[in-house]
This record gives sequence, C-alpha cells and structure tokens, in this order.
Amino acid sequence: MSNPLISVSDLTVTFGGSRPVHAVNGVSFTVGTGEVLGLLGESGCGKSVTLRSLLRLHPPRRTTYGGRIEVDGHDILSMSEEQLRRYRGSVTSMIFQEPLLAFDPVYSIGRQISEAIRRHRAMDGTAAEAEAIRLLDRVQIPQAARRYHAYPHEMSGGMRQRAMIALALSCRPKLLLADEPTTALDATVQIQILLLLRELQREMGLSIIFVTHDIGVAVEISDRVAVMYAGRIIEEGPIAGIIGGPAHPYTRGLLASTVTQNMRGTRLEAIPGAPPDLADLPPGCAFAPRCSHASATCLASIPAYETHAGRGVACFHSLNDEGVPPSVTAKVS
Amino acid sequence: MLVYLLKRLLYALPIALSVTLVCFLLVHIAPGDPLNAVVPADAPAEVVNALKAAYGFDKPLPVQYVRWLGRALTGDLGTSVATGRPVADEVLSAVRNTILLAVIAAIIGFALGALLGGVAGYRHRGIVDRLATALSVVGVSVPHYWLGMVLTIIFSTRLNWLPAMGAGPGGSKEWLWDGEHIRYLVLPVATLMVIPLGIVTRTIRALVADTLSKDFVQALRAKGLSDRAVFLHVVKNVAPTALAVMGLQLGYLMGGSILVETVFAWPGSGFLLNTAIFQRDLPLLQGTILILCLIFVLLNLMVDVLQPLIDPRMRRS
Ligand SMILES: Nc1ncnc2c1ncn2[C@@H]1O[C@H](COP(=O)(O)OP(=O)(O)O)[C@@H](O)[C@H]1O
Ligand SMILES: [Mg+2]
Repeated sequence: MSNPLISVSDLTVTFGGSRPVHAVNGVSFTVGTGEVLGLLGESGCGKSVTLRSLLRLHPPRRTTYGGRIEVDGHDILSMSEEQLRRYRGSVTSMIFQEPLLAFDPVYSIGRQISEAIRRHRAMDGTAAEAEAIRLLDRVQIPQAARRYHAYPHEMSGGMRQRAMIALALSCRPKLLLADEPTTALDATVQIQILLLLRELQREMGLSIIFVTHDIGVAVEISDRVAVMYAGRIIEEGPIAGIIGGPAHPYTRGLLASTVTQNMRGTRLEAIPGAPPDLADLPPGCAFAPRCSHASATCLASIPAYETHAGRGVACFHSLNDEGVPPSVTAKVS
Repeated sequence: MLVYLLKRLLYALPIALSVTLVCFLLVHIAPGDPLNAVVPADAPAEVVNALKAAYGFDKPLPVQYVRWLGRALTGDLGTSVATGRPVADEVLSAVRNTILLAVIAAIIGFALGALLGGVAGYRHRGIVDRLATALSVVGVSVPHYWLGMVLTIIFSTRLNWLPAMGAGPGGSKEWLWDGEHIRYLVLPVATLMVIPLGIVTRTIRALVADTLSKDFVQALRAKGLSDRAVFLHVVKNVAPTALAVMGLQLGYLMGGSILVETVFAWPGSGFLLNTAIFQRDLPLLQGTILILCLIFVLLNLMVDVLQPLIDPRMRRS
C-alpha cells in the first residue's frame, strides 16, 4: 500500500492517578484510503481508548500519549488546540456505541447536525439546515424535514444511529471512527446499519476503523482486522485469513467463543479467566496466564510483533493452519 | 404545549384552594379563642357573643370558610385585631418589603452561586472546587439569625458602618432607591443570601460535573466545537434543574426570613408574621400565611411552566 491515510506507530496511552492505567501499550497499524479496519477484542482491552486517541479526545490533564499518530498528513499528537478543533469532525469524525447518550438531549438532532456543518463548512443557518435535511434523507430517515426537529428521545435506536451517521459524515470526513455502533441495537437493525455504513463508505471512499467485540459484525464490514489484547495488537491480517487460520491462541479462542455464542447465549466463554489489570500488567505476554500454550518464555518476556505476507502476530507459539505451534517461529531474545 | 400550560394551571387551582382551607382551619385549630386577644377574660357573655356575631364566629365552620374565601377573593382579608387596619394593606406593604429583600438576596446569591458552582464543576477537585464546597457547607449549616447578629455586632455596633435596624432612616416605611435606604439593605441581604448561595453553588457544581461526564460532551468535542460552544450546551442542560432549585429557594426566601427580618427589624412579611403570632392577631396571621403560601404556589407554577420550555424531555404531557 502506498502512503496510507492513517498511520499509527507505537502508540501508548496512560491515564494518570494514584494507580496509572496503561490502556494502550505500543499499538501500530495503518489504514489505507477507502479501507475498513476492524478492531477486535474483549471489552476493556483498549479499543475505545485507541480510537479516541485518533481525535485526541481523552481528558488532557490526566492523559499521557506516546508514539505517533498521523492522519492525512496531520500529526495528531503535536497539534495545537485550535488545529485540533479544525481537524475534529472535518477530517476525522466518530460514531458512538449508544446514540441516545451521544446526542445532547436538549437540542434537536437536526440542530446538532447543522451545528457541525456551520462549524466546518462556510454555510449560513438556512443552508446548513437544508444540508442537514439532505443528509438525514441520505441515511434513509423517513420524513427527514420533519425529523430535523425531533429530539433524541423521540426517535428509535436505529433512527438515532442513522442520525449519528448523518452527523458524522456531515463535513465530508476522510476517516470515520466507529465505536461499536451496532452493539446497542437489535439484530435486524444492526444489519441495516452495517449495510448503510458499507454503502456510504464505498460512495465516499471513506476509511473506517470499526471497533467491535463481535466477529460476525467484523466479518460483515471489514477488509482487514486487528485483534487487541491488554492494550496491544496481537494479531492482524485480511479478514478471510484471520477467520480461516487464526495464528494467535487468543484469536483462536475468540473465534471459538463466537461459535459457542449461538448455542449457549453467553459470550467469550471459550477463554477461561479474565483480562489483566491494566494498572498492573504482567512482565511477559499479557495473555500467557490464560493461554494453554504458555511456556516459561511467555511469562518472562513480551513476544515481538512479527509480520509476514500481510499477516502479523505477536506470539512465541503462534499457530499454523493446523493449529499446531511450530516451534521455529519462537524467537527468544 | 398549550394543553400542558392549561393543565398545569388547572392543577394549581385545587392546590391554591387547599392552601386557603388550611389557612382558614389553622386559626380555628389553634388553641384559644380567636377573640381572647381583644376581649378581657372577665367580659360579660353578651359582649363576647355580640363580638362573635360581629366577626361571624358564631356560624358553622363551612359557612365561615365560604364567606371568608369569598371576601378574600375580592381582596378583603378582614381587619387586624391589634391595629384595626385592613389586613390586606398590612400584608401587601410587608410583602413588598420582603420581595425587595428576597429578590435582591436571590439575584446576588444565585449569580454568585452559579459562577462558583460552574467553575467548581468545570475544575472538579481543583482549588475553587474545594473552596466552593467548603463555602456551601458553611452557608447551609450556619444559622441565619446567628450570622445576622454577628454581622450586626461587627459592622453596626463595633465599626458603625451600617445601620442594623429597619428599612430606612427614622423607621421610614416608604422604600426609596437612594443611597441612604440601600445602606439598610446591606446587612439583611448579606445574611439572607448565604443559604441560597450555598445551595445553588452545590447544585450547579454537581449538575455541571455530571453533565461534563456525559458521552455527548465528548461527541460535541469530537465534532470540533470550541469550549465556548460546548459551554452553551452545558448551560442548556443544567438550566432546567437549576431553575427548579432556584425557584424553590426564592420561595423559601419569601417566607422563611422570619428570623432574619426579626433580627434586623425589617418591616416585611416575616416580621409581620412574628408580630401577629405574639399579639395573637389571628386575622393578620391568617392573611399573611395565605399570601405567602399563594406566592409559593405561584412560584412553583412558574418553574413548572418554564422548565419544559427549556427541556424538551419534559414536554410530554
Ligand atoms: N478517561 C479514562 N481514565 C482512566 N481510565 C480509562 C479512561 N478511559 C478508559 N480507561 C480505562 O482503559 C481501559 C480500556 O478501556 P476501553 O478502551 O474503553 O476498552 P474497550 O476495549 O472495551 O473499548 C479500561 O480499563 C478503562 O477503565
Ligand atoms: Mg469500548
């Protein structure tokens, strides 16, 4: 890929306090123009924190960033507040998990969309309103002109998320950050929203980073997926490759849990144990305490991230297609 | 919306009516005869009966209530037993003085409280926050009358800077907006505003901090809004609840200043209430309580009408 639109290298995010939380610990990835990257992982592994870092949305006084984030030529971590405000919403915008909470309850959704339009595009009130109505219509909200005046609590979950998408795309961004936008919706609405996103993405040539803990959703929307665990990307590759042959034991566990999900109705049961405390990370591989392949090396040191033929994995005992750990891939330093 | 307004107005009517009933019964439930204060204990029975008939006390209670209510509606609240002047006049001039005091104390207390609470909410756990919290605890827990007396001792008795008694030079009853009269306002206002200041500070601080922790604030920042634009959203979110608290506080200030008005001999409704109680002037007591209660009902009505104008979530009928 020539010159990716987004390039994150060795990103670290730490929240200060009496027990500093190391939410992101050296994350690197790239996303090309018009590409959709799925970011997978159990809850609490730092997906949202990574995503919000691309807008530098974390509380400034408590957050320490490390590494580098570049989006469309902007160096996000060294921007001034003013540059940041111009960048947010216009180059990169975001849709959230719970649209009811992501809209201001005392403003109509239409006004919240035209507010963004007036912020970034040279339009007066009337033009911005017309544009907002056009956008509401574009995301297939019926009677868009009337819905412009509706308040968030007056709409259904699916309609609210459509309005959120209209808001996010109102200033023609190049990158859309989607933080589990379908998790709070029921299955049929979920699919409609995914289809709409896919359609708009193709139409606008948009890049998307799509966070989810649901592999089914990731398959539906992504070109490529990155799997996160305890603030690190532990495996990455084209969606088909990951599904067909997961190399990391954690990815394998995640996939297995998705299979059992339908039968038992519980999520992620296949992996025993819980993710580590981000304020007190183990010295070795963060997954080792839960891993059936773990060796003494795994507990002692962190495996390097190795890339090969578009796939990447960070594991001393990464699995081949048959699920057998080939000992040659272990590279102890 | 119009339907809601009409409904809310209709709800206010029975409340107002019950207020009148309670006020009426108050006098008749109170121990002692309403005429005790004016009639000597050894007065002959005919005189007492004649007086009772003159005041209408010989009729059955429901009849008395309806007649009293009918007169009250036309603005006739009877005559003060002690002074012989119409109760309505006494109450009205006292209420005017109280409103003056309460509104000025409210404006200052609310403004300062909103400012302090707003900064404290934004700078959660900062220096201003700690200061504001300490101040609001003190404000809410220090007894009114004690503060009033302390202020009087310092600024009036010791330093002789400000007058301590009355609402104008020479016990003047006519309020004027001149420097001489305003000097009389300083100490009572300073005393009275402490509680609303404390409560409003605490309320606004909590509301602002809570609003800022909401997801939508992040979403607003994510679309590139400036801090000032986000602040406007915060204000509109905080306003409905803040308004309700302020309305309630204004209500308390109207009626709850008995002790402060007594300490400063301020000729307001609280002072009047105090006089009426100690002189056992029942018509005056009844009239004063009635007017104060109705003001309270009216304030609540205003808050209920204003709130949904700001907050669309409250517009559902
Ligand atoms: N503003 C913050 N301050 C402190 N800790 C935070 C903050 N935001 C997130 N975290 C912590 O970072 C960790 C990762 O959270 P998150 O990225 O939201 O997980 P997820 O993968 O489910 O999206 C969690 O332990 C969370 O408590
Ligand atoms: Mg999350």
